[in-house]
Amino acid sequence: MTRISLKHAKKTVIAAALAGSMATSAVAGEVEVLHWWTSGGEARAISVLKEMVESEGHTWKDFAVAGGGGENAMTVLRARAVSGNPPASAQIKGLEIQEWGDLGFLATLDNVARAEGWDNVLPPVVSDVMKHEGSYVAVPVNVHRVNWMWVNPSALQRAGASVPTTMAELWETAEKLKAAGITPIAHGGQAWQDATTFESIALSVGGPEFFERAFVEHDQAALTGPDMLKTFEEFRKVRNYIDAGSPGRDWNIATAMVIRGEAGMQFMGDWAKGEFSAANMSPGSDYLCVPFPGTDGTFTFNIDSLAMFSQRNTANVEAQQTMARLVLSPEFQETFNLNKGSIPVRLDQNMAPFDECAVSAMNTFQETSQSGSGLVPSMAHGMSTTSAVSGAIFDVVTTYFNSNMSAQDGVRQLANAVRAAQ
Amino acid sequence: MTQSLSSKSTSGTTRRTRHVSLGDRLASWIPKLVVSPTLLITLIFVYGFVIWTAVLSFTNSRILPRYDFVGWDNYVRLFANERWMVALKNLGVYAFLFIAICLIIGLLMAILLDQRIRAEGALRTIYLYPMALSFIVTGTVWKWMLNPQVGLEQFMISLGWESFRFDWIVNPDFSIYTVVIAAVWQSSGFVMALFLAGLRGVDDSIIKAAQIDGASPITIYTRIIIPSLRPVFFSAFIMLAHIAIKSFDLALALTGGGPGISSDLPAIFMFQFSFNRGQMGIGAASAMIMLLGIVAILVPFLYSELRVKKDD
Repeated sequence: MTRISLKHAKKTVIAAALAGSMATSAVAGEVEVLHWWTSGGEARAISVLKEMVESEGHTWKDFAVAGGGGENAMTVLRARAVSGNPPASAQIKGLEIQEWGDLGFLATLDNVARAEGWDNVLPPVVSDVMKHEGSYVAVPVNVHRVNWMWVNPSALQRAGASVPTTMAELWETAEKLKAAGITPIAHGGQAWQDATTFESIALSVGGPEFFERAFVEHDQAALTGPDMLKTFEEFRKVRNYIDAGSPGRDWNIATAMVIRGEAGMQFMGDWAKGEFSAANMSPGSDYLCVPFPGTDGTFTFNIDSLAMFSQRNTANVEAQQTMARLVLSPEFQETFNLNKGSIPVRLDQNMAPFDECAVSAMNTFQETSQSGSGLVPSMAHGMSTTSAVSGAIFDVVTTYFNSNMSAQDGVRQLANAVRAAQ
Repeated sequence: MTQSLSSKSTSGTTRRTRHVSLGDRLASWIPKLVVSPTLLITLIFVYGFVIWTAVLSFTNSRILPRYDFVGWDNYVRLFANERWMVALKNLGVYAFLFIAICLIIGLLMAILLDQRIRAEGALRTIYLYPMALSFIVTGTVWKWMLNPQVGLEQFMISLGWESFRFDWIVNPDFSIYTVVIAAVWQSSGFVMALFLAGLRGVDDSIIKAAQIDGASPITIYTRIIIPSLRPVFFSAFIMLAHIAIKSFDLALALTGGGPGISSDLPAIFMFQFSFNRGQMGIGAASAMIMLLGIVAILVPFLYSELRVKKDD
């Protein structure tokens, strides 16, 4: 049995998968996980998974590569994959899962998925991202809502402004804040933050259908249409309400401006909540989480996931399948997401331990996934399109935001860039 | 006697020849043996990978290398990309200003330090010290200094100069010049050290002769000393040119290529397309263009310099 033929290997994989799904860990395996959850709360969150895997008798080999956006980790992963020795699992998300699947590196999780009934607890938009050619190859860890707006209510009070719910009200509030000497919008001028703001405005201006046509289907009519022009025009207005120090600023520094009351609002995903919690602020009174103006009832999702790589050793395959099962277990979903600030991916999760921002996000997540409309993949976070296309969109959006390009030129360049990168 | 002599001599010569030939052979082999591992490593990891990159630039590799050849497609896409054109234009501005200013400041500082002043050693160390910092550190420090809300501008305003404005780092039209400022700050001390060594190497007797002939110090410098520093200019230029073309960490730490893409450089473009955006083919093509840029500058330069030396 030292040398296993390919056919044989497949059989043993299936056998091991079945064994794994029944949670009878007869053989202890090792699971090596490549991730970049290295900051305080994230590291705590992932160590929970480590303990759970180890309590099932397997060994956990941590392979953490620091560096926020995961670029370093992905470079390491490529080197390992090319040398024929990929880790058991890696933090890969969105369309990149499909690219790795196309290259033939990923292992199927269908047995675990069937035994655990994943199709029943995950909304189809989420499970579609996790599947390659119809089989599960990755397991979702959490869901982030991107279209949030974080508000410092005392700053708004000082300026005599109210919390905006439409784009028009947003500019009114911003004007009042500006008049009161408060920076209206805390913004970090980095390409992905520009794109995050841009996509929230696009969702607000054109609604979820327009959003999907533009950023998922890359429909040229939607990319060049009046809604896109309006999006660019509204996006330009943001620049009137940010401070001069914003270029290059990290998102958490911008959040700190809202925390200190120097700025009134920030457009950022729910990872910003961790900063507010760390500053001992409580939601609803010290800070408010409201949907981005005009996007109430819609949900831009950003899902972190762990993709599984094909393994040769049967014991390791079993460990891998066990880990996949544990990741979607309600216990892990609860502890991980309480630490990370995101919401659980299971629709049947008990939300009692979560704060009101998370509960509100979960309600919208459930409503939109049941009704089938309003749940859209985030373009700015690599959920809707390949990194090549989203990178091309980033370039246009950030160039537009930092120059005096006209909205017409912005629309034209965006459509061209998307077509060229496809 | 003859027999004994011959036997003695043969044994002597054989012993000697064996001894000598072994030593000679060792002596001739040792340098090759010592050099061969580095030669091999260089051949594989420099030239081998250059060739691999060249091959990849003709394939449609995305997140991993693949060998479906697509001809010049990547180069066509590269030059149709507006961001690449911005990066190339920035490199032109940056490389020209960086090299020119470094050479001028370095030469001036070297000449001033060469005036037999006191505490020369201490001053030389102070000017050379920025070279000891990595570009990441330089970039981060200058990012704070140039930030209009915490740095120089705020400092001048707090001193009472209310109208003082220096916001190049957040201005898309000027951000590339802030990269030049930081790079010059870092590298001109090094150029100064090169020139200082060159100045000390100029033959004293020629200068003395010129002084006896009544030449002014300015004439001595412009007519005699600076022209004789030609080889130093050559090596300084080569060092600075390749620092400029491969510039990556400084711009990334200082401006992150921004605001927008206004201070983007080819090295940043190459890294992002190859490793973040899953477009390894286009990334490889941009790397080849950067290599060709260096070759296009260096080959004519090397050719003319080396020929001049031979003629001398």
